[in-house]
Amino acid sequence: MTNFSLKAYVKTSSNAAPLAVFRVFFGLLMLISIIRFAANGWINKLYIQPDFFFSYYGFEWVRPLGDFTYILFVICGLSALFVSLGYQYRFSIITFFLSFTYIELMDKTTYLNHYYFISILSFLLIFLPAHAYFSIDALKNEHLRSQKVPAWTIDSVKLLIMMVYFYAGLAKLNSDWLIEAMPLQIWLPAKYSLPLLGDFLQQQWTHYAFSWAGAIYDLTIPFLLIMKRTRILAFVLVVIFHALTRVLFPIGMFPYIMIVNALIFFDAGLHNKILSFISRLLKISKQKFDNAKVYSFPSAWVKKASMGVITLFFVFQLLFPFRYLLYPGELFWNEEGFRFSWRVMLIEKAGYANFKVVNPDNGNRFYVDNTQFLTRFQEKQMSTQADFILEYAHYLEDHYTKQGLRNPKIYVESFVALNGRRSRPYINPDTDLTKIKPSLQHKTWILPFDDEIKGL
Amino acid sequence: MKRVASLILVLLFAISCTKDNPEGPSPDDFDRKAILENWADNIIIPAFTDFSDKAEELKTKADVFTTNPDQQSLTELRSAWKTAYLSFQHVSMFEMGKAMDLRFRDNLNIYPTDTTEIQDNIQTGSYNLELPSLNDSQGFPALDYLLYGLGEETGEILTFYTAHQDAEAYKSYLTDLTNRIDWLTKQVLNDWTSGYRNEFVDNFGNGANASIDMMVNDYIFYYEKYLRAGKIGIPAGVFSGSSLNTHVEAYYSKDFSKALFNEALDASQNFFNGTHFESQQTGESLNSYLHFLQTMKEGTDLASLVNTQFEAVRTKADHLNANFALQVETDNNAMLSTYDELQKNVVLLKVDMLQALNINVDYVDADGD
Repeated sequence: MTNFSLKAYVKTSSNAAPLAVFRVFFGLLMLISIIRFAANGWINKLYIQPDFFFSYYGFEWVRPLGDFTYILFVICGLSALFVSLGYQYRFSIITFFLSFTYIELMDKTTYLNHYYFISILSFLLIFLPAHAYFSIDALKNEHLRSQKVPAWTIDSVKLLIMMVYFYAGLAKLNSDWLIEAMPLQIWLPAKYSLPLLGDFLQQQWTHYAFSWAGAIYDLTIPFLLIMKRTRILAFVLVVIFHALTRVLFPIGMFPYIMIVNALIFFDAGLHNKILSFISRLLKISKQKFDNAKVYSFPSAWVKKASMGVITLFFVFQLLFPFRYLLYPGELFWNEEGFRFSWRVMLIEKAGYANFKVVNPDNGNRFYVDNTQFLTRFQEKQMSTQADFILEYAHYLEDHYTKQGLRNPKIYVESFVALNGRRSRPYINPDTDLTKIKPSLQHKTWILPFDDEIKGL
Repeated sequence: MKRVASLILVLLFAISCTKDNPEGPSPDDFDRKAILENWADNIIIPAFTDFSDKAEELKTKADVFTTNPDQQSLTELRSAWKTAYLSFQHVSMFEMGKAMDLRFRDNLNIYPTDTTEIQDNIQTGSYNLELPSLNDSQGFPALDYLLYGLGEETGEILTFYTAHQDAEAYKSYLTDLTNRIDWLTKQVLNDWTSGYRNEFVDNFGNGANASIDMMVNDYIFYYEKYLRAGKIGIPAGVFSGSSLNTHVEAYYSKDFSKALFNEALDASQNFFNGTHFESQQTGESLNSYLHFLQTMKEGTDLASLVNTQFEAVRTKADHLNANFALQVETDNNAMLSTYDELQKNVVLLKVDMLQALNINVDYVDADGD
């Protein structure tokens, strides 16, 4: 029975307008994001000025390209524009996915769940016929032009958005978030200067209200959006929620992206209206695209391959966030399996890492001035995350070896404060970090947390 | 008319009521602007005013000395230099606004001073003290050398300004240095009193460019780099592996380095506690702000821990020789243990306090994940 209905579902087609609108706005917002990033001077500040960059395990070969980094951003921005226009779509979306992902992999200091979301969303879009309707490609190519697309192509985008919200909600089900109202209890009072809200943000009940409301929002919004009866209410909530996060936290374009993304849950009627409006604005004939044709993949194997890749993609996405279960110890403290898991805004960490270099020949030792090698932002990220600390220690080893120190030993005296707790030692100060190889295995040289955060 | 009047009366009543019974949380809301006002009006501006007076006195005494270089005018000049140098310890941490534009601290207190460069400048007579490359041949450390380091005995030093063939060049270099300190200081003070004070206080928001965030970042930077490393850590060899006696502050005057350190330590602690300049009175500060936040979080009393740690540093430093160079040469361990105590406060300030205050390190998109 299920087998039959799945077969039927795969054959269902649906109006292509939601996917086309999604493509247009996604490309446009990405273009704006890139321009904003450049206008803030962040290309230079984050990817040109630093002497050293932190790599993801297995991606050490991805580095900033010196002055060519600017070209990379130009390529990324142009491909986003082309995606929006639906011009050479497959090539453009692949180029966008590759260039954007490359940029994110250049330095993990700047890691944000939002960037990861953009990366995997653009990966998903590679396999969807988002250019079949209301695009330059479809305008030129009558064969491609289709008013309808398989329903699963639109639903896969919805599924990804739902998954992100729901997983972010699951991650909030822990004692720090729900019982201590942490880290909101640290973050919100600092926003005292906001008009109207500022005073409320000083109140403890506000911190609890925001924490609980945030968790409930994340867990329920996917279902409120998918159900027709609650959709309008859900969208209003989406706008309020993301407008609030925009005001409260430095998360750039992400709130706008999520608000626009949520439009895909609406029926095609709305999207056709949006496209009619754009058509009138730009004096394009929308009717030309309304040919009642259903999109068909170029060949059977492309269709099968696309569906296969997307299925694998979702299986991976559903399982990957749970990899933390393979590691012992406190997830928030060790951060093993923390990234790429929709653990958004869960921890406030401050740290201090003081590196000691020892000459093994005579026992002479000295401490490292981190500002000599790292930007303030890099130092902040480094001092609270063990994989950063190890990578930096190896960089120091290379640096001092080049300066003529043979086989230096490198130790770190580090302190981390997590979610309002007092600072405590983080890395074992007796571990010579030059002897530790980077790996995905459990880091036994992180000192135990000595506290418990209950929950998922 | 009567109606309008009664309406106004009702409105006034309503307004006064809302003021008396605020619905919001105003009663236990912390006034962060008051911290900025206390810093500006009771600490920063008085400290700069005092330093500006001392810098002018230094300039005057240098003029007296160069007009009539003798034992007495040298003693008076040295005394003015010491007084000004001590006063400088109270403004060194405020490297913002005009001070940041001028790179005030770099111009006034880079040590060890470059004696070869000083000699070159004096010989050639052509130098531009505005150049960053000449930061290490001016300011207090260069005066330290000119007033104490030219010879072993006071008499020998005096000859550089009297009998020496380049005596005129020595005198004019000395004058140029004291003039420059005075001139730079006046610019900074003038900026604070003619507008920057209000700009500073009105910028009471939250963000990497807000006054509180900037000031706290600067304060910690000063504590870490100039107090902890510059005055104690670097001479003790913490960053180099072996001690560097020539790297102490006021190296040539010999018995003055500890006094400068103690003064800077006091200034740092006073700033933390919001203690008014040259007074016992305190105002809103990091201490009171932390107290407010701590009660909210029912956590440990961080402000007391920081103050206890300041005291621990002071106790250790008590055992040090007045001349840090001598201390480093004879018993560097005492120096190192002072450093260790200073270090502990770096953790409290940089980790626990920054977390509690939620200070922004830099303006980039980041959401704590």
